[in-house]
Amino acid sequence: MNSLMRQTKAIFWKDIITETRTRQGFSAMVSFAALVLFLFSFAVGPDTDLLTQLAGGLLWVTIVFTGTLSLGRAYQSEELAGGVQLLRLYPGDARAIYLGKLAGNLVILTTLELVLFPATAIIFHVDLLPHVTSLITVAALGTIGFSVIGTFFATLTVHLRARELLLPLLLFPALVPVVLGSVGATDAFLSGDPLGRAAGWLQLLIAYDVILFVVCVWIFPVVLEE
Amino acid sequence: MKTQRTIGFLAIASVAVASFIGLFVVPADEYQGEIQRLLYIHVPTAWLAMLSFLVVFLMSLLYLVQRKLKWDVLAVSAVEIGVLSTALTLIVGSLYARPTWGIWWTWDPRLTTTALLLIIYIGYLIVRSMTEDPEQRARWAAVIGVIGFIQVPIVYLSVFWWRSLHQPPSSPRSMAAGFGLVLLLNLIAYTIAFTYLVMRRYKLGQAELALELAGPEEEK
Repeated sequence: MNSLMRQTKAIFWKDIITETRTRQGFSAMVSFAALVLFLFSFAVGPDTDLLTQLAGGLLWVTIVFTGTLSLGRAYQSEELAGGVQLLRLYPGDARAIYLGKLAGNLVILTTLELVLFPATAIIFHVDLLPHVTSLITVAALGTIGFSVIGTFFATLTVHLRARELLLPLLLFPALVPVVLGSVGATDAFLSGDPLGRAAGWLQLLIAYDVILFVVCVWIFPVVLEE
Repeated sequence: MKTQRTIGFLAIASVAVASFIGLFVVPADEYQGEIQRLLYIHVPTAWLAMLSFLVVFLMSLLYLVQRKLKWDVLAVSAVEIGVLSTALTLIVGSLYARPTWGIWWTWDPRLTTTALLLIIYIGYLIVRSMTEDPEQRARWAAVIGVIGFIQVPIVYLSVFWWRSLHQPPSSPRSMAAGFGLVLLLNLIAYTIAFTYLVMRRYKLGQAELALELAGPEEEK
């Protein structure tokens, strides 16, 4: 195993272990996500047909909101112990920090989605089971896209005042293709994809994920420079 | 100094002449009437917005490669003028859309992408304003300048797809040849004005930077 992989793994495990030791963070995240789903239902009204129709969009907006809050947490332990710069002091590749954090965010977000997808199915009366494989593909691509961009901007904003506001401000415009692609593909699959539109959305997601990943990995060391 | 002043005069004169022609010399549009004259502001500001963000992208890349703070100063000069142009484009566009399309806003990919551009570069300016260290500020700004620009075509494409699923895109009619010439004149005039404003802002930025690097005691 080369050293970049090993360093990435070390950062990743550190985050996962800290997260599993407390677990309160994750429970709060799940409750928050559930509340957002409820709020949407309150805003839209108790029209079940309408909610079923909107399910894909509401689900992904909930993932984006909850995911954004969770990104801030990814650096909380470092922040308390002296900042990300402490991590940077360890000899090794700066990109390992990005990749390790990215992997950690991916795992946390995926775990959240394991709860969120069934919850959406139940409260919005959507039948997910016939489309499980296609939905897993969409969820994976959407989550990768979110984490690739999210981890990057979370690192950029971690030292700024008002980072809670600045992270979404920078992140959401960059997420537009991810959200449109994920919602488009999810809606297409849920309706049985009668017009064959899902493939196009998936291609968009793949292309955007790859481009942003390459750019973020390339430019990340600049963000951490001292 | 002398070149700058010449460009300044040129900018004022050309914008004045182009506006005069656009307002009084060219006849009003047969279908849209006087309101069509807004086009001579709307298209040039949209062009300036794109031009300035392209400049920001190039300057950000240059900064990342060479690490010279002057590229950062040039980038922020272009961002400020770009944000102003983008805001003007959206405002004038809305005023133009209301009487012609009957609505203030539509989810046209160009409109939506322009609005998102405005937010991206406002974010750029806020991040700058919150970072004290000039080198760090330049680095982070350059990163946003590069990533922000790369997003744009894909954001545009995704909004285009999203919208085409909902309803066919509506676009304003294309123009007759005579109007096109006046538009070109305005485009040139605004570009000269842009050049002048960037030059002035760059000078100011360099002075600010020099003051900042000189230390806090001289700032008082």
